[in-house]
Amino acid sequence: MVGPNARGARVELSGWGWKHSGRATHALRGVDLSIEPGERVLLLGASGAGKSTLLHSLAGLTGQDGAISGDQEGSLLVNGRPADRGRGGVGLVSQDPETQLVMARAGDDVAFGLENLGVDPELIWPRVERSMAEVGFPYGLRHSTGALSGGEKQRLVIAGALAMRPRLLLLDEPTANLDPAGAELVRALLTRLLAETEATLVLVEHRVADVVDLVERVVVVEPGGGVIADGTPRRVFAEHGRSLARQGVWIPGNEPVPEVPPAPGGPALVETVGVTARTPFQVGVRAAPRRTVLDGVDLTLAAGTATALTGPNGAGKSTLLTMLAGLSKPHRGRVLPRGPLAGADRRPLVRWPARRLARHVGTVFQHAEDQFVTGTVRDELRFAPLRAGLDEAGTDRWVGELMERLRLSGLADAHPYTLSGGEKRRLSVATALSSGPSHAPDVLALDEPTFGQDTRTWTELVELLGALRAEGRAVAMATHDGLLLRSLTDVRVRVADGRAVPDPATPATGPRDTVPPPAAPPDTAPPAAGPPAGVPASADPRSARRKGDS
Amino acid sequence: MSTPPHARATGGDALTLDVPGGGGARYWLTGLNPAAKLLAALAIGIGLIPAVDAVTGGVVLLAVLLTVPFSGVDRRTLLVLGGPFLLMGLSSGAVNYLYGEHGLEGAVGAAVRLLAIALPGLLAAVSSDPTEMSDGLVQKLRVPERPAMGVLAALRLIPLLADQWRTITLARRARGLEAGRNPVRIVTLFFGRLFALLVRSIRTGTLLATAMDARAFGTGRRTHARHSRWRTADTLLLAGTVLLLVGAYALSARLGTLVLLFS
Repeated sequence: MVGPNARGARVELSGWGWKHSGRATHALRGVDLSIEPGERVLLLGASGAGKSTLLHSLAGLTGQDGAISGDQEGSLLVNGRPADRGRGGVGLVSQDPETQLVMARAGDDVAFGLENLGVDPELIWPRVERSMAEVGFPYGLRHSTGALSGGEKQRLVIAGALAMRPRLLLLDEPTANLDPAGAELVRALLTRLLAETEATLVLVEHRVADVVDLVERVVVVEPGGGVIADGTPRRVFAEHGRSLARQGVWIPGNEPVPEVPPAPGGPALVETVGVTARTPFQVGVRAAPRRTVLDGVDLTLAAGTATALTGPNGAGKSTLLTMLAGLSKPHRGRVLPRGPLAGADRRPLVRWPARRLARHVGTVFQHAEDQFVTGTVRDELRFAPLRAGLDEAGTDRWVGELMERLRLSGLADAHPYTLSGGEKRRLSVATALSSGPSHAPDVLALDEPTFGQDTRTWTELVELLGALRAEGRAVAMATHDGLLLRSLTDVRVRVADGRAVPDPATPATGPRDTVPPPAAPPDTAPPAAGPPAGVPASADPRSARRKGDS
Repeated sequence: MSTPPHARATGGDALTLDVPGGGGARYWLTGLNPAAKLLAALAIGIGLIPAVDAVTGGVVLLAVLLTVPFSGVDRRTLLVLGGPFLLMGLSSGAVNYLYGEHGLEGAVGAAVRLLAIALPGLLAAVSSDPTEMSDGLVQKLRVPERPAMGVLAALRLIPLLADQWRTITLARRARGLEAGRNPVRIVTLFFGRLFALLVRSIRTGTLLATAMDARAFGTGRRTHARHSRWRTADTLLLAGTVLLLVGAYALSARLGTLVLLFS
């Protein structure tokens, strides 16, 4: 058995390659890499470069009895032996804590790995308690894993990996699925842990700036190839920063600068009046009772304005967004169309027929796959215009234009589920745009649109949304993305504790309700860095509310 | 309005059955070993198959009903489960009354027997913590680890599945898909949503399986962090169950009401 202060593992790859079964090309090939015991390595590469595959192989998941099947070539050795998950020398933490917790109670979950390793039951609980203390888990052994926040869940996942006393710790974007508070919680924990442990660390993370202080070495891999850069962070970023940034990697100091035309502002299009929402009915015999998440929210979405909903996970941002988009019914209160939108139908949005709603309000869900309804990319985009009564020729023209604009032309006949993450996101935005008359619906509601995207897709998205805003569409988005907030947000609304209140950090380019949409020449656009913060918004998004607090 | 601490503590707790300390007799059934409860339920289920009369089943049903107040089951659970359960019994009785060969007596017998067979299993499931159930199955009944752990892990994903179903439903409306009152469209749209959910859940399941593998699941002999304890009360429960069955048959035979299957 490995002692608590065991040294880190040595990792050696030579000529290593991996091809997923059923794929024509290798994920990685010809990888030569050796990592000394105790080294901390950040693994970088464009999306689809096989970084996760490499971590899974190091964890022994691609071996004989492993979960992932495919063809391996070359050699991959951990401490001089082929990687094998059975010895418990490796701890793996992946992106989504939801699919890594196995047991219903916190303590049982941390114990799960130790049971699998055949640790003496007498020794399991002291080790569990120690690991939970190490990660600063604030609750007891019997706390339900279902009742934890994302950040707390991920801490527990890390405790489960630590309890197995790994000599090689593999972290695959451990903060990617967390809100800023949860991500900070996990980052602080990693900083502290890495100062204490001697384990070797291999980390994959898109947002490099957040983790660059944790590592001493950066290794860059190429899709289908091997190592293309290796060295200290300073050297790698100095030599390869630009080319990496072009490939989509988030490099500190090389953040994308989207070209966004100014917000024209415009009349209010959607208004919520005293909206109250409750958690959905829970299945199960001992499920939690419903509770109120939003209480008396008054909010306006204006044309030519980008409104961002911010706040912690679970505060009701997504719920509010689905109500603003007319998809779900508030428990109390109403979401009403205003101005030009009321010309289509005066009833509350949730009572609109789906077909009319889709023409005027486009929604982009966080998981792009949820909104795909056909078998090919082209059909997906033809779906809405044809149903709206556009003729074949007109539809094809419009679909061609959309595919061109969102770089989907080459994928017209692919099945939507087979696309990569970035392509799925672009397609989901395209479907939301496809339904509207005159090339986009009046209101666009987006749930975490930039989540997990590389810099290329990110820039395209922000520029597209900026163009739509300039055309006078109302853009509403739930987001944690600080750069998105700085690049393309006129009104910030903080959703927390059942309230939705304008954030004082809203920049001064807020909607100017009184000014008609101007034909501003694009060259007068303010620098993308945005105006100085701290200036109060010129218009309070709640100024249009009719009723006082209930 | 901020979240009340109570709601926070119970949120998503559908899978942990925490017995309040000093719960006393009300939680008597909850404290027994799930394996013992399952065995008892199985014994009643098999034991009642031959008897189709109302008295044998009725005696057993009455005895099982008497344990309900000691099962720790709350009012909400009783309401959620009780309704369909009673409906099941009533419909079975009604069908037997209308089409059966034994008239009212046979119908009542069928309904009572069905309830007496189903209720113990239901009680065993509702009064047991899923984790303890899996421990009991593996350690006492020698059920293989993989299915037992797999089911436990899958249970954890049920709330997630419900969320995904809701999102998919909203997403269909966002795309302009709504069935309205057309029954054919209602069916086709339902299966479209079901397929989308299937795709999502397969991926979720694969990720969970990978995470379990990454923690060395299935690499060798497992040890058990929790010891599934078999107490005297568990043995007594099984003995009591056998006595109850024997007693029920004896009473019915004595009263001359006993009717056996195929007789």
